[in-house]
Amino acid sequence: MIQLFKMAFRDLGRNRRRTFFSALAVSVGLAILMLMASVVNGEMGGSIQGAIILETGDIQVRAASYDENKSSLKWQDLVENPELIASQIAGLPQVKATTPRLFASGFISSGNQSAGARIYGIDPASPANDPYRLGIISGSFLTADDGGGMLIGKPIAEKLHLSAGDNVSLSVNTANGDVAEQTFVVRGIYSTNTYGFDNATIFLPLAKAQAITQTQNHASTIFVLLNDISYTDGIAKALKVSSGLKVLTWKDLNPLILDWETQANSYIGILYLIILAISASVIINTLIMSVYERTREIGILSAIGMRGGQIMSLFLIESALLGVGGVLMGVVLGVLSAYLFNIHGFYIGNMGLTGFMVVDTIFAKLTLNDTINLAVLTFIVTVLAGLYPSIMASRLQPIEALRAEK
Amino acid sequence: MEVVKIDNAVRIYKVGSVETQALRGVNLSIGNGEFTALVGPSGSGKTTLLQLIGCLDQPTSGSVWIDGKDVTRLNRNQRADMRRGHIGFIFQFFALIPTLTAYENVEMPLLLNGHSPKERRDRVIELLGAVDLVDRAKNRPDQLSGGQQQRIAIARALAPKPALILADEPTANLDTENGRQVMQIMEKLNKDTGVTFVFATHDPRVIQYAHRVVTLRDGQIVENNGIGK
Repeated sequence: MIQLFKMAFRDLGRNRRRTFFSALAVSVGLAILMLMASVVNGEMGGSIQGAIILETGDIQVRAASYDENKSSLKWQDLVENPELIASQIAGLPQVKATTPRLFASGFISSGNQSAGARIYGIDPASPANDPYRLGIISGSFLTADDGGGMLIGKPIAEKLHLSAGDNVSLSVNTANGDVAEQTFVVRGIYSTNTYGFDNATIFLPLAKAQAITQTQNHASTIFVLLNDISYTDGIAKALKVSSGLKVLTWKDLNPLILDWETQANSYIGILYLIILAISASVIINTLIMSVYERTREIGILSAIGMRGGQIMSLFLIESALLGVGGVLMGVVLGVLSAYLFNIHGFYIGNMGLTGFMVVDTIFAKLTLNDTINLAVLTFIVTVLAGLYPSIMASRLQPIEALRAEK
Repeated sequence: MEVVKIDNAVRIYKVGSVETQALRGVNLSIGNGEFTALVGPSGSGKTTLLQLIGCLDQPTSGSVWIDGKDVTRLNRNQRADMRRGHIGFIFQFFALIPTLTAYENVEMPLLLNGHSPKERRDRVIELLGAVDLVDRAKNRPDQLSGGQQQRIAIARALAPKPALILADEPTANLDTENGRQVMQIMEKLNKDTGVTFVFATHDPRVIQYAHRVVTLRDGQIVENNGIGK
């Protein structure tokens, strides 16, 4: 067996350039797989993470009758005394932040331009709103007692040609079905790099939002961020809320992203297969060439009594060695490229999707699990690719093989 | 005692719809320790006969017995085992494995036969000594002359102590001096170890070494002189 390894190793050394390029094909294939996996990871993780931080939280507590699509402001569809419930939830050690939020719909106009808007009434002091605070690109963030200021997203500011300090008119639905209109000052312009969010959402301090919508002491939801996403189900189960309320998790609130993830995974699976098939065909080709070149040698080995199985092993070991070399190079290439895309990310814009939470820059995220799985998968495929040429070599008739030119 | 016994062997090759009768009913018996030449013009069937004896090929009809065993009844792997244990080959081209050193080439059949490292080392050094190439042990075939390669091939053929060594035109690619050396080594090994040699040739300088000459023409034995006749 050791001798077979030695022979296989030296056989690969006979045509170093060919061996190198075959291993390179395997390694490039693996590196692409690793990069794809890391990008998908980064994209999915980024999208879900982004959606949780910006929009859904890990958990929300809402009135049982609240319908997200209607943004109802009727008192029976809202949570009464939300601060009280929020402070109770905040007492749990797994909870990072909780804050009440009020959602309303309306539109803002400036001059003869206008745009539809989702209005978020938020508590400016809550750390749950840090992502918005950090996204301020001009002007300043809100304060709790700011009765005349609002924040708008960068896309709206561009569409309506607004800058911080400009006046803007806001029309908003109220609890009793009227429309209230009031002039506000653009206190600040923010960007979360998520077009679908920034293009639709404007912020008011919670108290002001409650006043203008006549919802008073009510909020649409209690937004909860946990220290780790993995606590979600446990905490959601543990929360005891009164009968008029319901607990929703990020999974309930992001069905679209989860659907999209499932779909993307099946497309990625097909791409994996294509890339593996290309790597495999390079190995098959290399080894078949090698079998043809060494036909007479196989005849000699057979003549001195090597069994078919041993000849097959010789070629299988060659493909395994190519696989090991290719996988080692591939892991290095894959880690390097994933690292580059992890540091720099790459910009995908809004991918033409509106109203959909997609981060505009993907930061690749390579996991050890993916690396090991893909490396093992590539190795297995390489060895399997060696099977056909190996069987071919083992089935050569000794006299046919000896008659060959080389 | 006979090492080889061939009973009415017929070998027909089919290429497309054309049939070629390479052997037309050959009967031959070769005794232990013989140094026998198969001669005849090309196409006379001597290589085919050698391949049947060497279990490299099977007769279309008839039977081949090696060391008392009917090898026509063996499957592929059993024939490989037969070759490994009982038969050594020397080919017209110097059939060494190019990636292995001279030493490793000679060692190969011993490895396949599962000999211990010490047995292998002793046997390889003994054989390299017998063909006078101990100093070339670490050279690869491409660093050896044709004559040296053929002597390594002889050492390899002898390594597993086979009952029979088959040589197909062993001197065809060698100059006169190297050819003479190879024949002398083969003759000496035959005398010293008693191993049976059967070689196919049409070189008159080689034929003169033979103790017995079997002449083939058109797939049949036309002359069979010497021992066992």
